[in-house]
Amino acid sequence: MRLRVNPIRCVAHGLCAEWLPESIRLDQWGYPIVDGPELAPELVEHARRAADACPTLALLLESDGA
Amino acid sequence: MMATAVQQLLPRLLVGVGDRAMVHLDEHLGAHGPLPDLLARAPDQLIELVEVAGVRGHGGASFPAGKKMRAVASRPGPAIVVANGSEGEPASKKDRVLMRELPHLVLDGAAVAARAVGSSDAVIAVAADDERSLRSLESALHQRRQARLHDDPRFELFMVAPRYLSGQESALVNAINGGPGIPTFTPPRPFERGVDRRPTLVQNVETLAHIALIVRHGADWFREVGTSRDPGSVLVTLSGAVTAPGVYEIVHGMPLTELLDIAGLDDELTAVLVGGYFGTWLPTATVPGVRLAGDSLAEHGATLGAGVIVALGVAACPVAESSRIADFFADEGAGQCGPCVHGLDAIAHSIHGLATGTASRHAHSDLERWLAELPRRGACQHPDGAAKFISSSLRTFAADFADHARHGPCDRCRSQVLPTPAVAAQPGRQR
Repeated sequence: MRLRVNPIRCVAHGLCAEWLPESIRLDQWGYPIVDGPELAPELVEHARRAADACPTLALLLESDGA
Repeated sequence: MMATAVQQLLPRLLVGVGDRAMVHLDEHLGAHGPLPDLLARAPDQLIELVEVAGVRGHGGASFPAGKKMRAVASRPGPAIVVANGSEGEPASKKDRVLMRELPHLVLDGAAVAARAVGSSDAVIAVAADDERSLRSLESALHQRRQARLHDDPRFELFMVAPRYLSGQESALVNAINGGPGIPTFTPPRPFERGVDRRPTLVQNVETLAHIALIVRHGADWFREVGTSRDPGSVLVTLSGAVTAPGVYEIVHGMPLTELLDIAGLDDELTAVLVGGYFGTWLPTATVPGVRLAGDSLAEHGATLGAGVIVALGVAACPVAESSRIADFFADEGAGQCGPCVHGLDAIAHSIHGLATGTASRHAHSDLERWLAELPRRGACQHPDGAAKFISSSLRTFAADFADHARHGPCDRCRSQVLPTPAVAAQPGRQR
């Protein structure tokens, strides 16, 4: 699984970085920077919660084939 | 010299180009012969022909054309072809030359592509301010109707906003679908769901022109010139410090120095920009070893892109040139992705500060961070391409940047070689 941001939808609420600091940090304007292409298995559940928490549904959890 | 002998096998595309407005259908057929009966060919056979020929996209990304066609053809539902003649790259003229002077070559190619992907429709997308191309294409379509070319799909001319990003695939599809002509989030990509939700083949007009000849003369003929990775010829738009700027048809793999010799340098060279505004600067010292093909250019971190080559002479200021293009990138973004909007604006500010000697002490570390953070964070490649160009500028012209940061503008800063749209070039603009 991996995380992807829809940059058109994202308006820098920043909740994702609070839910998943292991994989997501924010740039100086509050927009997420996702670390690395692959999500560690133990982080998948946290990632799912982070994606659900995004008010604009801009954080996507995708399987590798997608 | 070997390459010169090969060069004499050209022109392939630019036959009959010159003083007239456009090549009439009769002359076109006289020069190249008729298209083979497309309806007698299986679509798959046409795709295989393009694959074997190995022609790559000439719009900038160099993606193999046959592979793209196969991706569209493999999708369910009726496909559609979009011939991309939007040519938003300010320093590029080659698509205009094709559409204005050789519209039948483009239309032939679109007809072949349509047959290959099973489409009965082809949209030709042209910049709205490119009236000469529109007029040529209109009269070419009129000539074809009169001649009853029964293999032709239904052609439609479509005008797009004359902007840098209008030609980006998803932006183009978005515009044709009646939306704003700005990129969309993918997937779905155009080959999956594009114009009218149909599988859509977006192909640059030069790529189509090559395909028009491949279907006539075969894949072996196409591969007689060029390199194994980049077979065939390519149109390049050469400008800057040369006595004969313009559109040249060259064989892939031609030494860059040979092209510069043909066009005649009229100044001592500082660097050569290859690949347009998403391209890479080649410092003068590296130029002698460079051949104009993917493999050789990759050794210098460059690609040929849409074939834009600009020779920068010592009379120009590389710092001011780079700063104007940094402004251009910030102005020409779609304005819909935060990292691109804020990142490019901040980068343009900082570069302007360095160019005018007003930058803060941490300008360089800021730039380094922003440029590293920008790639892959937009809906399209605009931030990636912009970061690549600015990084190349800072690297190639490090001494000039340091000099400007310390002493402010030089006496060459006001000269302009790299073209920018009028709005970005307004005097007195503050960043």
